[in-house]
Amino acid sequence: MEIAKRADAELGAGTAAEPGPRSPGCSLRHFACEQNLLSRPDGSASFLQGDTSVLAGVYGPAEVKVSKEIFNKATLEVILRPKIGLPGVAEKSRERLIRNTCEAVVLGALHPRTSITVVLQVVSDAGSLLACCLNAACMALVDAGVPMRALFCGVSCALDSDGNLVLGPTTKQEKEARAILTFALDSVEQKLLMSNTKGLYSDAELQQCLAAAQDLSPGFGQLG
Amino acid sequence: MAAGFKTVEPLEYYRRFLKENCRPDGRELGEFRTTTVNIGSISTADGSALVKLGNTTVICGIKAEFAAPPLDAPDRGYVVPNVDLPPLCSSRFRTGPPGEEAQVTSQFIADVLENSQIIKKEDLCISPGKLAWVLYCDLICLDYDGNILDACTFALLAALKNVQLPEVTINEETALAEVNLKKKSYLNVRTNPVATSFAVFDDTLLIVDPTGEEEHLSTGTLTIVMDEEGKLCSLHKPGGSGLTGAKLQDCMSRAVSRHKEVNKLLDEVIQSMKHK
Repeated sequence: MEIAKRADAELGAGTAAEPGPRSPGCSLRHFACEQNLLSRPDGSASFLQGDTSVLAGVYGPAEVKVSKEIFNKATLEVILRPKIGLPGVAEKSRERLIRNTCEAVVLGALHPRTSITVVLQVVSDAGSLLACCLNAACMALVDAGVPMRALFCGVSCALDSDGNLVLGPTTKQEKEARAILTFALDSVEQKLLMSNTKGLYSDAELQQCLAAAQDLSPGFGQLG
Repeated sequence: MAAGFKTVEPLEYYRRFLKENCRPDGRELGEFRTTTVNIGSISTADGSALVKLGNTTVICGIKAEFAAPPLDAPDRGYVVPNVDLPPLCSSRFRTGPPGEEAQVTSQFIADVLENSQIIKKEDLCISPGKLAWVLYCDLICLDYDGNILDACTFALLAALKNVQLPEVTINEETALAEVNLKKKSYLNVRTNPVATSFAVFDDTLLIVDPTGEEEHLSTGTLTIVMDEEGKLCSLHKPGGSGLTGAKLQDCMSRAVSRHKEVNKLLDEVIQSMKHK
């Protein structure tokens, strides 16, 4: 059984989403999500953002090693596998970001002394990878039926040298950007759960990106 | 009796202090621990610095070696940071390959170096396409009592300011590099990135410079790396409780004032070195 939901996002100043060049600051790339596509994991999801695609599988709540168990809540583990090569230090850093974001929303107290494992596989990378991973992880957790207090969504924005904002940048836009900011926002109050930035930017630009991301977040929430 | 309460209910014990707007070690919510810095202590390294933030101690040693520049950027050198959290600093670390904490901190330091453009990699090039400097920055934690990111960033900054590279010329006839150890020059450190870390408590309260115990009890952390023009090099918030825009603004202003404190300290230290 596959529940495929497609959303041609028309968020922002009412411009239609086109596969070609986008008007700056407004529309997102076409994004889509498919759940329950793998038979072994308790929950799975595939999230596509333009040409970037990440596959996520969730196992849990399952048995946990005694050395890793926490007496009053579930132990969350995230494994991120890159498309090519062995996982390195950068993957470890991303795993921690995703794990801490999931820990903030998952109601671990309902399943003490268990483990919930999220496995993410990068299928194709065309920019906004961390945001796509976050979205895939959230959708997979929902599919697995893990109790959560809120959903979260990952949004990535790039600032170019003129200070223009581009949401969901492609690889080319990321290379040319002065700064790339990735946020995870929760679905209830659009609070900032996770932030990871690259490059130099000012405080005002940060607020601008955060506001743009918060406007987008309800659109993602509808997918879940 | 207080010690018993602290063992049984550490979070409640802590909340009692937070209600009075202070912390068990007597600090206010926005106060940093005593920061000490000592530079140039390792004579065998090209640059070194030791930073103490309360009990947290990090030492940074920088060694410069030769290498061929990368093929896709023949006019650039390399800066390679590495953070080591040995079992010496805390009982939570074991011997063996670097654990997750060490890897995440190494990646954070590498990102700060990259984002802030603290050193132009072009300055490290000696002969385009043939020879460049590679700076190996090794940060070792000697005592882990929370807020490792701030200590590491400060130690790296201080050590980079202390690095002296000898003059290198390429001999035309033999095509070998000749190093003149008598003529040394300081690195051109372009910006001063300073990290300020916060811990989030009970989803609402923000405290600055958490100790090891406070980090363990917190529900989230946030690190802001700022340079002197108020530009942000990194807003590192690895999950944890949500923050509103207003709370972020408070953190920004604290980060700005911390930057001034650290700058003042660093200037004093460098002045004292020059007087020798």
